[in-house]
Amino acid sequence: MQKKELMLTNQAIARGAWEAGVRVLSAYPGTPSTEIAENFVKLDGVYAEWAPNEKVAVEVAVGAAVAGARAMACMKHVGVNVAADPLFTVAYTGVGGGLVIVVADDPGMHSSQNEQDSRYYARSSHIPMLEPSNAQEAKEFTKLAFAWSEQFDTPVFLRETTRVAHSHGVVELLDREERPLKAYEKNAQKYVMMPANAIKRHVIVEEREKAIAKYVETCGVNFAEYTSEKEMGIVCSGVVYEYVKEALPQANVFKVGSVYPLPVESIRAFSKKVARLVVIEELEPYIEDTLKAQGIACEGKNLFSIQGELSVAKLLQVFENKQIPVPAQVPVRPPVMCAGCPHRGVFYVLNKLKLTVNGDIGCYTLGAVAPLSAVDTCVCMGASVGMAHGFKKATEGKSNNVAVIGDSTFLHSGVTGLINAVYNQSGITLIILDNSTTGMTGHQQHPATGKTLDGNPAPVVLLDELCKACGVKHLQIVDAYDVVAVEKAVKEATANPEVSVIIAQRPCALLDKKLKKPAVKVTDCKNCGKCMKLGCPAISKGEKGIVIDTAQCVGCEVCVQVCPFGCIKKEGE
Amino acid sequence: MMNVLISGVGGQGTILASRVLGKYALLSGNDCKISEIHGMSQRGGSVTTHLRIGKKVYSPVVWEGSADMIIAFETLEAARVKHYLKEDGILLVNEEKILPMPCITGAAVYPDDVKEKLTAEVKGAKFIKAKEIAMQAGSEKATNIVMLGSICKLYGFDKAIMEEAVIACVPAKFKDLNVNAFRMGYESV
Repeated sequence: MQKKELMLTNQAIARGAWEAGVRVLSAYPGTPSTEIAENFVKLDGVYAEWAPNEKVAVEVAVGAAVAGARAMACMKHVGVNVAADPLFTVAYTGVGGGLVIVVADDPGMHSSQNEQDSRYYARSSHIPMLEPSNAQEAKEFTKLAFAWSEQFDTPVFLRETTRVAHSHGVVELLDREERPLKAYEKNAQKYVMMPANAIKRHVIVEEREKAIAKYVETCGVNFAEYTSEKEMGIVCSGVVYEYVKEALPQANVFKVGSVYPLPVESIRAFSKKVARLVVIEELEPYIEDTLKAQGIACEGKNLFSIQGELSVAKLLQVFENKQIPVPAQVPVRPPVMCAGCPHRGVFYVLNKLKLTVNGDIGCYTLGAVAPLSAVDTCVCMGASVGMAHGFKKATEGKSNNVAVIGDSTFLHSGVTGLINAVYNQSGITLIILDNSTTGMTGHQQHPATGKTLDGNPAPVVLLDELCKACGVKHLQIVDAYDVVAVEKAVKEATANPEVSVIIAQRPCALLDKKLKKPAVKVTDCKNCGKCMKLGCPAISKGEKGIVIDTAQCVGCEVCVQVCPFGCIKKEGE
Repeated sequence: MMNVLISGVGGQGTILASRVLGKYALLSGNDCKISEIHGMSQRGGSVTTHLRIGKKVYSPVVWEGSADMIIAFETLEAARVKHYLKEDGILLVNEEKILPMPCITGAAVYPDDVKEKLTAEVKGAKFIKAKEIAMQAGSEKATNIVMLGSICKLYGFDKAIMEEAVIACVPAKFKDLNVNAFRMGYESV
C-alpha cells in the first residue's frame, strides 16, 4: 500500500520537488509561500537556502539549473516583481536541469499589500504556468513542471493561491527519482544574452511557445467533465475548481491545469457542447479575456468581482440565488503587535515626536494601527528608504520624516535605498528595527541572524558595518526597549543634516526566551491613559485603573518608562 | 460530509485541534481537507480553521450556513463566526474573554451579553470553561484538547479513535496530560 499523509499544500510542493530529484532550492520568505522551503530543507539529499531577496533566489536557481541540477525558487506574488528581471531573460536562455518557479498569489490579501495576478507574468515572460487545485495535485504538478521544463527547455511557473497553499489534503508519497547532475556544456549562444544571441533565442522562444500551446491541448493536464445537463459549462482552475464541484455538481466543467498557455482549442470544443459558458476565476479576468480574444463567447466578471476570494457561498448566491447568512456585528479583532514587541517603544517615540514615518513591509507595518498610529506610508519591500529620500528631495530637506525598516527587509532591498540616500545626499534618518529575525512570516533566518535555513551557524552580515560601508557617518545603536535612549537618538539623528542610521536592537519577543516573565505591577494608577497609547495587548482598563495581564506580559518595561507617575513598577521594587 | 469550523485568537492552539481532527479523519478511513490562514492574521487577530471530512472532499473551505459544528476558543469569536453554523449545528464555546485591541483602547466595547445572545439564538450552544478544566488536567496549554474531548461527546465522534488521534498529534512526553485533558473534556458535557 502506498503511504498517504495529510499534508499542507506547500509541504506537498516541497515533497514533489524532492520526489522530482530537485537538488537546489532558493527562496525568500513570503506568505503564503514560506513553508515550501521550510519543508524542503528537512528532506534528505537536498540543498535549500534563504536568499536575501527573490531576485537572488531566482538567479541562484537559474545558476543551479544551468549547471545541470533540477532547481526551484519560491516566492509570494509580489516577490515576482523583484525577480522579474532574471525571469524574463531566463525564458530566453532556457535551462540545463529543470527549473521551476513557485509563485503564491494572495486573493483577499490575507497577508499582502496588493492583489496582483501573477498569471500575467507567465504570458508576458513567455514562461508556461501550471496551477494545481489541491495538495495532491500540487505535488503532481510540481513533478510535471520539471518534466516540462526539461522537455521544452524552459523555466516553468507553478502558481498557487492562499487557499491552496495553506490547505491540507491527503497526499500519496512516492520515492525520489535520483537525477544525476547533467554535465555542464559551455554554450554562449544559449546562455550569454547579449543582443546578437538574444535575437536568435527570441525566435526559439516563439517556436517553443507554439509547441507548448499545441501540447497543452492533448497532454491531459486540462480536462473536461460532462454531466447529463447541456446548459451550463464552467471554465475554472485552482481552488475555484473545488468550489465549483461543491456548489454546482450539475454543471459541465472544464478544468484548466495550464493557465499559460491556455488550451484554447479544447475550451472552444467544450464551449460548443454547452448553452452557456462561464469563466469563474479569482482576481483578474485573465482566462475570460484570453477566450474572448480568441472569439469564444463567455461570461465571467459580469458575475463576480475582481476583488477578494471566491467561495462556495458566492457561487451558490450567483447561480442558485441562495441567501448567504451574514456575520453578526461584533467588535473587530485586528492583528496587533505582540506584548513585548520591541517595535512598540520606537513607534511610541516617533508618534510623540510627531514625525512622518515612511514604513515598510513586516510586523512593524502594524505601527500604522491605532493607538500608535505612527506609520504614514507602506508600499513595498524596501520602499521606506527610497520614499524617505523622495520626501526630503521634494521638500528641499524640510520634511520632518524618518524611514523605518526591519532587519530582514533592509537586507532584502532597503540597503540599495540607503546607498542612494548617501550618494544623493538627502540627509534622511533611517531606523532599522533589528529584531534578529524575519518576524511576520514566522521567524525565518536571514544573512544577519548567524544561522542558515537548516539552522546551522553562518557568518553574520553586520548591519552597522554594512551601513558604514555604504558611507553612513552617523550611526547609533540603541536598545529598542530603552524609550529614553530611542528618543534621544531620534532627536539627534533628525537634527543631523547628513544621512543618519539608528539600529534599534532587541530580538522579537516571541523568540527571546530570556525575559518571559511579567516584571511589572501597578499601584495607585491615576488613569492618565499614557500607557494605553502603547497599544500593548497585555494592558487593559480595569475598574480602578489599568490592569496588566501577567500571562501576556513579558517584562519589556516600556510601560514602566512611559508612566509619568511611576505607578507601573518592576517586580520587586 | 462533515463541516467543522474552529475559531479563536492567534496563539490559542486552534491549529493543533485541527491536526487532531484531520488525523481522526484519516484513522476513520475518510478524505479530509483543512484550510487555515497564516501570516499577518495570526498576530493576535481572529483565527479560523476550516475542516471538512467525508468520502470525497472538494472545497477546503466551509461556507456560511453549512457547519455541522463550531469549536470556538473564545466567546466573541464564537459570535463572529456563528453564521457559518447550519440550523441544527453544535456550537461549543470555551468561556474565555480576550479583549481585542479596539476594546482595549476604548474604540469599541466588548459586549457583555454575548453568551446570552448565543444561547438564545443557537439551540445547540454549549459553554464550557475549558481553560479551567485544562489547568486541572495539568496545563492550560491543553485547553484545545479539552475542547476536543467535549466536542467528541457532543457530536458523537468515535471516542477511541479520537483518543488515538490525540496521542498521535501531541508530543510523547505530554501524552498522559493530554489524554487526561481529553477525558475530562469528554466528561464535562
